Amino acid sequence: MLLEDGAWFPGTAPIPFEQTYAEVVFTTNLSGYQEVFTDPSYLGQIVVMTAPMIGNYGINPEDVESDRPRVAGVVVRELSLKPSNWRSTGALADWLAEARVPIVEDVDTRQLTRHIRSKGAMRGAVAQGEQPSDDVRAALAASPSMDGLDLATHATVAQQYREGPADARRHIVAYDYGMKRNIVRLFVQHGCRVTIVPAATSAAEVRELEPDGLFLSNGPGDPAAVTYAIATLRELADGTLPIFGICLGHQLLGLALGGETVKLPYGHRGGNHPVRDLATGQVLITSQNHGFAVRGDTAGVPGAKALEVTHLNLNDGTVEGVKHREYPIFAVQYHPEASPGPHDAQGHFQQFLQALDTQ
Amino acid sequence: MPKRTDLRRILLLGSGPIVIGQAAEFDYSGTQAVKALKEEGYAVVLVNSNPATIMTDPELADRTYIEPVTPEWVRRVIERERPDALLPTMGGQTALNVAMALARDGTLARHGVELIGANARAIQMAEDRAEFAAAMRRIGLATPVGRVAASVADALTIVTETGYPAILRPSFTLGGTGGGVAYNRAEFEELVERALDLSPVHTTLIERSVLGWKEFELEVMRDHRDNVVIVCSIENVDPMGVHTGDSITVAPAMTLTDREYQRMRDAAIAIIREIGVEAGGCNIQFAVNPADGEMLVIEMNPRVSRSSALASKATGFPIARIGTKLAVGYTLDELPNDITRTTPASFEPVLDYVVVKVPRFAFEKFPTADFRLTTQMKSVGEAMAIGRTFKEAFQKGLRALEAGRSGWTLGPTLADDRVTSDSPEDLRVALRTPTPERVFQIKRALLAGLPVEAIAEATGIDPWFLYQMEELIAAERWFAGARDIGPAELRRMKRLGFSDRQLGELRRTSEEAMRQRRWELGIHPVYKTVDTCAGEFPSSTPYLYSTYDAETESEPFGERGIIILGSGPNRIGQGVEFDYCCVRAGLAFRDLGYRTIMINSNPETVSTDFDISDKLYFEPLTFEDVIEIVRWERPKGVVVQLGGQTPLRLTKPLEAAGVPILGTPPDSIDIAEDRERFEALARRLGITQPANGTARSVEEAVRVAQRIGYPVLVRPSYVLGGRAMEIVYDDASLRGYFEKAARVAPEHPVLIDRFLEDAFEGDVDAISDGRRVVIAGVMQHIEDAGVHSGDSACVLPPYLIGDRQVEEMRRYTKAFAEALGVVGLINVQYAIKDGVVHVLEVNPRASRTVPFVSKATGVSLAKLAAAVMVGRTLDELGLPDDLPLRGVAVKEAVFPFTKLPGVDTILGPEMRSTGEVMGLADSFGMAFAKAQIAADGSLPLEGGILVTVNDSDKPTVVPIVRRFHEMGFRIVATEGTEKYLRARGVPAERVAKVHEGRPNAIDLIVSGDVQLLINTPLGKFTQADDYAIRRAALVHRVPYTTTMSAASAACDAIIALRSRTGSVRSLQEWHERTRTEKQPHEAKPPTASRAPVAKS
Repeated sequence: MLLEDGAWFPGTAPIPFEQTYAEVVFTTNLSGYQEVFTDPSYLGQIVVMTAPMIGNYGINPEDVESDRPRVAGVVVRELSLKPSNWRSTGALADWLAEARVPIVEDVDTRQLTRHIRSKGAMRGAVAQGEQPSDDVRAALAASPSMDGLDLATHATVAQQYREGPADARRHIVAYDYGMKRNIVRLFVQHGCRVTIVPAATSAAEVRELEPDGLFLSNGPGDPAAVTYAIATLRELADGTLPIFGICLGHQLLGLALGGETVKLPYGHRGGNHPVRDLATGQVLITSQNHGFAVRGDTAGVPGAKALEVTHLNLNDGTVEGVKHREYPIFAVQYHPEASPGPHDAQGHFQQFLQALDTQ
Repeated sequence: MPKRTDLRRILLLGSGPIVIGQAAEFDYSGTQAVKALKEEGYAVVLVNSNPATIMTDPELADRTYIEPVTPEWVRRVIERERPDALLPTMGGQTALNVAMALARDGTLARHGVELIGANARAIQMAEDRAEFAAAMRRIGLATPVGRVAASVADALTIVTETGYPAILRPSFTLGGTGGGVAYNRAEFEELVERALDLSPVHTTLIERSVLGWKEFELEVMRDHRDNVVIVCSIENVDPMGVHTGDSITVAPAMTLTDREYQRMRDAAIAIIREIGVEAGGCNIQFAVNPADGEMLVIEMNPRVSRSSALASKATGFPIARIGTKLAVGYTLDELPNDITRTTPASFEPVLDYVVVKVPRFAFEKFPTADFRLTTQMKSVGEAMAIGRTFKEAFQKGLRALEAGRSGWTLGPTLADDRVTSDSPEDLRVALRTPTPERVFQIKRALLAGLPVEAIAEATGIDPWFLYQMEELIAAERWFAGARDIGPAELRRMKRLGFSDRQLGELRRTSEEAMRQRRWELGIHPVYKTVDTCAGEFPSSTPYLYSTYDAETESEPFGERGIIILGSGPNRIGQGVEFDYCCVRAGLAFRDLGYRTIMINSNPETVSTDFDISDKLYFEPLTFEDVIEIVRWERPKGVVVQLGGQTPLRLTKPLEAAGVPILGTPPDSIDIAEDRERFEALARRLGITQPANGTARSVEEAVRVAQRIGYPVLVRPSYVLGGRAMEIVYDDASLRGYFEKAARVAPEHPVLIDRFLEDAFEGDVDAISDGRRVVIAGVMQHIEDAGVHSGDSACVLPPYLIGDRQVEEMRRYTKAFAEALGVVGLINVQYAIKDGVVHVLEVNPRASRTVPFVSKATGVSLAKLAAAVMVGRTLDELGLPDDLPLRGVAVKEAVFPFTKLPGVDTILGPEMRSTGEVMGLADSFGMAFAKAQIAADGSLPLEGGILVTVNDSDKPTVVPIVRRFHEMGFRIVATEGTEKYLRARGVPAERVAKVHEGRPNAIDLIVSGDVQLLINTPLGKFTQADDYAIRRAALVHRVPYTTTMSAASAACDAIIALRSRTGSVRSLQEWHERTRTEKQPHEAKPPTASRAPVAKS
């Protein structure tokens, strides 16, 4: 594991892999590695697990957030050789290997995490060999930076599809920028019909589907780079449709309404981030996975007068939620769908559905 | 909302003496609570009868009452102090029960005292099994099918629904007292009777057995704005059926998927809301069916607990401290995370390491006790270890136990691992019964080729843990067979947590050689921080653990640093009193401008609170672990004299490694421990010792014993707590001793002393700066010589020892301290027989009685010891030659007999008490009475007394029984005693002995016809009759005494209790009074109202 600033973290490879270059981030989730690895928001990222023992309960067909692992690479302190859990259908290492995801083991992941924390998220390479080679160094230097990188276009679905019963009372159109499966599951559980559309779907096409509400999903990459989506949302956020956004969807909404996004030094990734609901004063423990954030504070979002800040992160004061001052439009930076992570914020789904009903 | 301003004075209840199930963890939580309240400007009134704790240090609370933690005595404190609120959640079940009693009887309402932290309704709902089960049903959660029985008949109906095995859980008892598993009707009836009896409300829950299910615990906190966080998840390696206190446990949970974990988390949040814990923490236990993930709620404790102490140490999130602040009105988001100091407390800690807790048992001291582990807790302490992987933490935890294993190693013999052979069949059978040794039996089973699946089936342990153990065995084989030991080999093994000693054994070389090789290769551990956030935020608190990884986060203190070695896991003979000394001294070093570095492995204690020292290393106290820290820190010196035998044992190797030892020179410690050198010293000083000798073989032992004359006291050298110490009366029993109790070999000599029958014992604690010696306290034991000093009640000042002998003890102690060049603390034990003072032993270190003496006199010995160790003189510290003392202080021992069925309650030279209490009063009788009440041995004021004593005690017992008779007690005695009493004019009724038919002595006890038992065993062998009588008294909670001196003291105490109501007074007031009245010399106790008990 080599970082772009030259820091090198030796480890071992339980399974041979091809060298890979990507942004290196860490997540502090204690459990839920399978959900993390299949979360499309991690596209283009090498994920360092701060939890030291990964793979204990193996893998199973239910705990996936997309059809395959999406991470560019996995770095762990120790991989469990043999899993144990009543739902387990196999070992994590085999599953990652099958998906050709590089795994590096035996790394001092705490040292690596502390490095990223103090120096910021940066590009890195995982490659095999005793020492970092010049080739690897050169290729790492030439690899693209996350800043300005549109990855949603890569993470989205190719074609529109439907989920949920056809006769459901409520119909939601969901922009898939790299959507986690649990979001759709929760909508369906709440009695909705969901039409999942590709990121590039135009506003007119969305309106043709006659949704009761519009959902903007999570996804990877720099939100500011997804210019077409921002433009489309600007059209759609005119008050005619209730809109609910999560994570990248939240950032895109912020940009569409005139706000700005900034790259966080090392992002928020984990399942323990405290967020204050400014309306009630209550603290939610949330699941998070983002490297960018909408700029703002209690006073509001600069440039987006229509937006009111509803949630703030208690650790660093960054914006965690916004809502439109007039229209039934709101979004959160964290993941109310959890999976992995705590369920404290799942109420946002009901909040959205209520907005639909009062529409 | 910030803190409440309508409260000014808050009463805090401690948990009383250390007992199984309620130990040092409540000193930790109570101390945090006091500090947190003081920090917020509240006046804190504390009640705790346990003098060995830090929380009762008079410098902590504003008013410290060392009084019994019972409704009656706490009421007196309330009447006197008029607190605004009572915080009942920091002192275990004891505090909760007392608070509930005071709420129920109206005391709290009458005096306007508000319960904070948990209200009476929440406590009631959580503690009452039926109400709890109903609450769970309301929120859609399942509990094991169960109903509450109030009678045996009820119970028999219920068990037809649950089936066998059935689980019993008596209501409102601590540590699962009286609980158990019944496999058949006979066992069931017996257990139900005991459970009903032990439950203060005489009900017990009968549950469906979930034996073999996986067991988890969550630590939950909630504030009054309904913010909830989960501080920690804990997974038990041992499945349901073994009390969590007796289980090896791991944090965080290892084998739960996120989906399962979140379901448990959701349940926990729903539970704390439904029960209505409004501002504080609770612990919730779950069982999970390994086959299909079905989850049941087992129980909830609406207070801090052993697990919350463990969770605090495991995560760095101080639950008791935060819980206290929530109780006075703060919300989680208003409080800072004390470790990062930049992020708020309303978050959930994440771990980038694995924590393993291992229980420590004391069955070696209770050979007749049932060693099977059940739902009733039996362990007396625990060690915690932190590693980057389960394997590393597991091995560190096992060596941190200090139970003779250097990691996950086999015992030297099959019996040490409680198996009869290494055959797979025998092992499989053994594995079915949970015992302290099962984890080692698993190793034998894996080595014998038993597959993981078979072991999992027999033990109910999740295969994941067994796979981890399998990996350790694979690594051992690989290492043992490696051609050469290079850096790769050593690094891999060290990362798996193997100690140098284990590696040496695998390569058939010594620990030292292995370490030498490792050091040559430059392989050392690194130190990482416990920071609550897995490195996501910078942390400013140096709470460290070792691991073999790449980066170290500890900056050495160098010459400014002083390392204090703690006392490791609590055990009988080495408990919280040594932790008190370590903490007190650590704080003193800080005040003197040094940086304190604490090393300890005990998660229950105050010393392992990261707030107490400048740096905490949570590490095993083995030479290897300590020397690596010393090597890294390069401190000014290491303190070994405060933590009991654990650090003392490291003195020689540390000195040999060139490590500076602060205080008393190591050679003096050797003189005191080495029989021959010590004898020479005593002779040179002209101080009498009981005739004695050392033997290195059985034959030599017999020769020595014959030379000095029976009875003799035998014991192995270098022991604490009287381990394997016995009084033997003839050759045959001496030989028997070597067969069952102790090995003797040239490298394991035994010490043999003439046993002075019917002598008084005295204990002296003193402090020396190397120039001047000050006697801190002279104590007299209430029990006769032959009862271990830790098990004997003792009184300060002495009440039956003559002035001349007291003076001699003081002089001798000074002579020893001077001769040994003591710098710091010294304790000397004496026996006084026929007016002659004999020295029994000299301990140039902190003794068990240091906190007791400190609290009685108001002079903090451990604090002074720290100062003299860094060169201050006693003159500079302003310590006078005589420490004044007002009043009488009695220390009483507390025993684990109710927790350990099958154990006789007779006292002997082997220490068996787990804790102690203190009674402080103007008279001996009242001080003794308070101590008895605090020790849960309430004394009757009227009623019947059953007397059955052996012939040699009969003359002594007469005046005692006469006094009882004069007070109006009915005297009942067995035949011999009855005749003897009558002949001397004491009227007594006769009762049949157990074998003489019925009604007999036991019937009287069972039916409540007698309120006190005076019993001494007939001869040296415990007769079955006597044993049964004593057990009956224990089970039916009839106070009993097994020595004449204790019986006499009990009589004094009852007289005191009958003549006046006991008054309460805080330590601060006692000490103030002492200072103002300027007592010229140790006061004679006011109530030497009778002649000394005649000794036959």
